Parts: sequence; C-alpha cells; structure tokens
Amino acid sequence: MMTSKIAKWLGGVACAAMLCATAPAFAQKGLDEPFQGPFKTALAGKTVAYIPVAMNFDLTEGWFAVLKHQLEPWGMKVVVRDANWNTNAGAQAFTTLISEKPAAIVVHNPDVQTYAKLIQRAEKEGIYIIQINMGSAFRSTAFVGANWIEIGERDTQAVVDACKGKSNKIAVVQGALSAAASAYTLKGVENVLAKNPDVKVVSSQPADWDAAKAKAITQTVLKQNPDLCGIVGFWDGMDIGTAAAVKEAGLTGKVFLATSGGGEQKGACDLVKSGAFDLDMSYDVPTQGTDMAALIKWLLSSNTKPGAVKGSVYTTLIPVTKDNAGKDGTCWKLEQVKGS
Amino acid sequence: MKGIAVKMPRRLTQQGIVFAIFVVLFGVFAVFLRGFLSTSNMLNLLQNVAVLGILGLAMAIVVIGRGIDLSLIAVLAVPSGLLLQLVQDGNTFWYALLMSALLTLAFGLINGWLIAYAEVPSLYATLASGLFLAGLGQAALFKLDVVQWSPGLEGFQFLGQGNVLGVPMPIIVFAATCFVVAFFLRRTRLGTFIYALGDNPFAARTSGIPTRTLVVVQYVIAAAIGLLAGLVLVASVNSGPTRIYNSTLIYDVILVVVLGGIGLAGGRGGVLSVVIGTLLIGTMLNAMTIMDVSYSAQNLVKGVVLLVAVIADSFLNPRNEETAQQGDI
Repeated sequence: MMTSKIAKWLGGVACAAMLCATAPAFAQKGLDEPFQGPFKTALAGKTVAYIPVAMNFDLTEGWFAVLKHQLEPWGMKVVVRDANWNTNAGAQAFTTLISEKPAAIVVHNPDVQTYAKLIQRAEKEGIYIIQINMGSAFRSTAFVGANWIEIGERDTQAVVDACKGKSNKIAVVQGALSAAASAYTLKGVENVLAKNPDVKVVSSQPADWDAAKAKAITQTVLKQNPDLCGIVGFWDGMDIGTAAAVKEAGLTGKVFLATSGGGEQKGACDLVKSGAFDLDMSYDVPTQGTDMAALIKWLLSSNTKPGAVKGSVYTTLIPVTKDNAGKDGTCWKLEQVKGS
Repeated sequence: MKGIAVKMPRRLTQQGIVFAIFVVLFGVFAVFLRGFLSTSNMLNLLQNVAVLGILGLAMAIVVIGRGIDLSLIAVLAVPSGLLLQLVQDGNTFWYALLMSALLTLAFGLINGWLIAYAEVPSLYATLASGLFLAGLGQAALFKLDVVQWSPGLEGFQFLGQGNVLGVPMPIIVFAATCFVVAFFLRRTRLGTFIYALGDNPFAARTSGIPTRTLVVVQYVIAAAIGLLAGLVLVASVNSGPTRIYNSTLIYDVILVVVLGGIGLAGGRGGVLSVVIGTLLIGTMLNAMTIMDVSYSAQNLVKGVVLLVAVIADSFLNPRNEETAQQGDI
C-alpha cells in the first residue's frame, strides 16, 4: 500500500516536471513532422497510368475508382488507357505511355508474355510498374493480386468435400486458354485432384469467360451426367451461365458450384444468396485497390529505383458462402465505390 | 452460241453436300457415342444453337438480297442489354422493352438508308454502324459490360429458360422464326422481290420493284430478328453479355448461312439452308463437348469439316465465267 502510494506521488511529480518543461513549447508553436513535407512533394503533380484489359466490368472499374479516390487528393493524376479486350491496343498504349513518362503504371496483363518486354523497358526508363491480379512472366517492382493456384485449390477442395458420399463426378469450366489466371487456377484444381484419385473429372472445357458458352457446355455435361455432384468454375461473371444451366436442369442445391470473382454485391453476394453459387472466392477489389495505392505512395516517397526491389502482395481471399453473403461488408457495391 | 446447256445429271448442291455430311456425322455419333441420341440431348443440342440459328435467319434475309449485315452482333447485344439496364435503373419492363424496340427500329432504318440511299456498300455500312452501336452501348448506355439481372424482370427468363411440353423456349422461338421467315420469303410478294433483288438488282429495278425501299425493309427485319435473338440470349443466361460484340460470333453466323448454300452473291437458298447449317454446327459442338475434346482439337475438327464442305462444292460445282457473277465473294 505504502509503496504504491509513494510510486503514485513520484509519478505525479515526474509528470508535473515534464509538463513544466514542455508546456511552453506546446503553447508557443507546433512541432514540425519532418517527413510529411517531402511525402507531399514526392506525390504532387505525378501521374499514375492504368492499363486494364478492358474497362466496364466490376474488377477494372473498382480498381480505377479506388486508385482515383486514394491518390487524387494528394495532387496526383490517374489516367486510364483502355485496351478494350485488344492485346495489340494495350501494347500500343503501353509503348506510348513509356515515352510520356508517368511516375507509375498499373498494368493488368492479358497473358504472361505480351507485356513482359515492355514492363522491363519501362522500369529501365524509371517508371514503377505495379501488376494487378494477372501477372506477367516478368516480375516488376510489385504484384498485387489473387493467388490463382490457391483459388483453384480451395474451390476444388470445397467441391470435393461436397461430393463426399455422392457420385464423385465433377466438371471444370475453365476461362480462356491463353489467360494465365485460367491456367494457374487449373493447376490448383489438379493439385487437389492428385490427392483425391477417386474424384473423376467428366469434363474440363474452356468457355472463354463467356456466360453463354459456359451454359451450353454445362447443359451438355449435365445431360450426360445427371448425377454430377460439383462444378469448379473459374469466374463468377461467366458462371452465371453455368448456374443457369444447373437451375434449368432442376439441380440447384444438388450440384455444388464453386467459383471466384471480385466480390461485387450483384456479381457475388446476391448470387450466393439466391443459391446460384455455393461458394464464391472473393479477392475483394477495394482491398486490392487500396494495396496498390499504398504501394504507389510508399514507392514515390521512398525514391527507390524502379525494379531495384521486387515484391508481391497476394490478396487475402474472402470465401463468400450462404453464411456471410447476407452480411454487410462481405461484398462491395460498385456504385458506392465509384461515388465515394 | 450453242452447246451451253450440256445436259448434266442432277447436281449435288452445297446444301446437299452439307446435309450429307450432317447425316454421316449424326449417324456415326448416334451409333458410337453413348448418350448422344437421347431425346434430352437432342433438345439440348438444338437449344445450344438456337440463338445462332435465329441470327442465321436474319443474315439469310439480307444475304439473299445480295447484302451482308455485319452489325447483327451489335443488334444482338445492345438493345437487349439496354432492356436489362433500363429495368435495373427502375423502369418498368414494358417501357424498357419499348425503348429497346425503338432503338432496334432506328438502327435498322439507318442501316437501310445508308445502303439504299447513300449507296454505301453493305459490307462497310454495317461494319461501321455495328461499331457505332456497340460503342454507343459501352460509352453511354451501360455501366458494365455484363449487364446484371435485376428484380423487375421476373417471368422474362421464361423466354430463355422455360419450356412448353418439355421443349425449351429457345427452340420454340427458333422454330417459329423459321416458319415466319420461310412464309415471308416464299409466300409473300416482298419475299419474292428480295430474291429478284439478289439475283439481279438492275433487272429488279427496271421491272418496277421499289428496290431502295426493299433494301430498307430487309435491314429493319434483320435488326428485329437480331433483337429477338438478343432477348432469348439474355433471358437464357440471366445477364446481358454485351461484350459478345468482341467475339467471333459473326463469323459463325456467316458460316451457318454460307454452309447451308445461301451464296453470298444473293438470290439463292432459303430457310432450309440455315436450318441445315445450324444443325451441322450444333451436332459437332454437342458431340465434341460430350467427348470432352480439347478446345484446340475442336477448332481443328471444325475447320476440317468446313474445308471438306467447301472443297467438295468447288469440285462438284466448278465455277466458270457463266456461273460466276460480278460481286461474287
């Protein structure tokens, strides 16, 4: 008791002494934080260019909106060069951008090869390259995005688990053959299947990210294998068609459909709630956008030489299921992100 | 000036050749491929190519009149996407449907005017107008490339996903369109005029057919059928995949038409040609999906079968100065 009282008293005296020493300083003027000034100058007036494979879909619109909201208040300019599903147009835009010398370029690769040389050249010219979600064979300063192999593994594992005690027949609806995201996801599927030799893949076809094609393939597969117990789809935007085929066959709830996507409300949560998808692995687009913006801030303020350091920010995945699809915050709304 | 009409045995037409290939393939699959010949798979086969077939009918009307409509995919994608977008924005279904119908009508009229009155060749006119419509959709009408389904469209998906007496709706729509178009081409005066126009536009004009008006009518009808195909498509996949404009679907449509024996020079072929072309494509797609053939191998097989059809035609019906026409592609 005594000791603690003394300690308290001593503490009080110490506090008072400190206050006496510093109070005049506080009262007269503030303390300059020496790092924020250079940070502001490092960012102000700089341009970030963004080359998505195409605008006008939830992922690319979301990233763009977040980058703008995060960076423009610092006096930065965010410009977009829309490749509109045309690899040549994208490569041309990239080449032109290199000569315009923006501070950083955010690039969404259509495949692993096309932009590889350009990325290398741009970093040599002193431009930071951030790759988003679909990586190139050449690793640049930063990659932000989903780990496709993990997505393939977790989706397939969920389907395999749902198939326990059933027919063990599954189907795979791939994306486009040339896309790395599709090939990596397929690798993840194979990893899980190697551990489950009793599971039989009755069909594994690419549907070119196209809902109509996915529906046609799934319909045929379901007619041949009405006892199918699960489907691994590669993108929720395409698997709307897969789900429509399952529904038309009257097998909703009997065929477990796992897919992945950007976690947008209408594209993911609403469809899980309606029962169209059983699992949608979300790589939460706003988080990816914030990660990119943080990296750009860090790189510009650190004055690191482009390409001198190389690292990755793999996105922490959010599995959207019936349990969390109805909760606020599981998914994001494009209108809100664009308007905020 | 004699000896032109050498008596030939009854010629195998392109249509006959493609039909023969279809019968052979179908027979082989029916015998060797388990599950191919079931009723449900047959319905499935037809359902998967119904939209392609409907588009083929629209293209047929234009091609028979010696034109071509490259803007069909834009008409497939944009007005139907507009319908979904308007409903999503809180309008009623019927208002949205009216707006997309008006857009289609206006687009058909512009196409027809460009070709008939401004006398722009149909190839260029529709290439440009299609680009314009797709761009308009992307820039001004839609928020996303894939227009999402929204409440307020309940019941509409019946057009793509429902069935009557077990027959899926897309097949019924395709069949109904076949009958209407066949009746139009073979039984109405306008239809006959279209054949005359395709066979020889100058003779048609000289004989008093209002060819300019006729061309406009053709493109308006084609656009209307394109809208119908679009409605079936969006109802079928529960979303408006407007990005389909960037796909190679237009080649498939031309393929279905040409394969079935509607020459690009015009004046020949009919609804049966489209049906046969569609059936061949459908059979190949369906069987290869059942066999789980890889994508690249599928393209290879498709290419080989088409080459066989084209080569067989040029052997059996060699072209010469008399049969070749000006403007034959």
